[in-house]
Amino acid sequence: MKTDLLGRLLAAKDANTPVALVTDLTSGLQTLVFEDAIHGSFGLEDEQLAEVRERLRQDRSGLIGDLDDEDSPRLFVHAHNPPLRLLIVGAVHIAQPLAPIAALTGYAVTVIDPRGSFATAERFPGVALVDAWPDEALAELKIDTRTAVVTLTHDPKLDDPALMAALRSPAFYVGSLGSKRTHAKRMERLTQEGLTADELARLHAPVGLDIGAVTPAEIAISVMAQITAVRRKNRTA
Amino acid sequence: MTDDILQQAASWRADGRKVAIATVVSTWGSSPRPVGSQMAVDDSGSMIGSVSGGCIEGAVVDEARKAMADGEPRLMSFGVSNELAWEVGLACGGKVQVYVEAVE
Repeated sequence: MKTDLLGRLLAAKDANTPVALVTDLTSGLQTLVFEDAIHGSFGLEDEQLAEVRERLRQDRSGLIGDLDDEDSPRLFVHAHNPPLRLLIVGAVHIAQPLAPIAALTGYAVTVIDPRGSFATAERFPGVALVDAWPDEALAELKIDTRTAVVTLTHDPKLDDPALMAALRSPAFYVGSLGSKRTHAKRMERLTQEGLTADELARLHAPVGLDIGAVTPAEIAISVMAQITAVRRKNRTA
Repeated sequence: MTDDILQQAASWRADGRKVAIATVVSTWGSSPRPVGSQMAVDDSGSMIGSVSGGCIEGAVVDEARKAMADGEPRLMSFGVSNELAWEVGLACGGKVQVYVEAVE
């Protein structure tokens, strides 16, 4: 790899710009493919370019080309996307272990809570905190297909507007804390607010895998495990 | 984590060291690290990242040193049908292809 190409790749990553590094495994030549531009030492046919960009969108690194044909160039596509995001609504006790567990798992974590005494740097060292109403914060943060949203407040005033926004967004995971009873009431409210059955079906609640979690850290593990399962098991590999 | 690895590679390079990057480009069956996993090595033997559960890193470091010396990238295959891999030992029984390139 050329040092300047590595520099460009790192600059793109710093700027949270999706980019694919395409390597011709036979010649060692490399090209960077952006969503709207390419830069490097070889060009790509339209069909290949489309395949590279599709892989970038799906975050699926791998070989392309006719792998059975010895004469066909073997290209390796390495998708470099911004980190996955976890947006946590509610700077509550469970959010405290969930934020570092998610960060270790590779997620960029943001905790949203309009209640100033909850979302403090002492309670969440090193975590991005947003002191705003959840629906406004979520609109600002632009939920995409690489975003997971979890609501933890139990408070309909905070959770419901967040869920309205999240369930209508492209988020790959939406979960909400609460007992089965709380959940049933929540579903009634969200239905009255106008969410469709399909939109409601996307909600993971009660949140987390059933591992018998009791403590905040255990519940955080069950939530992260469920997000991981949704991310990894549903992907078309 | 990939960010750290490439950043470390760039930083070693900026210090004037020779550097090689190894990347998992394909896997079959069970393999410990997915496609895209990376490891960077410098000429003093420092390394960061991984391309397996520790089974093939030694062999990859050897090839990385060769790539640093001659500037030629190489594609390494490890699997049960490969004698080298058998010696090195991919205990999981999977297969993996690793691309090794110098940064220059």
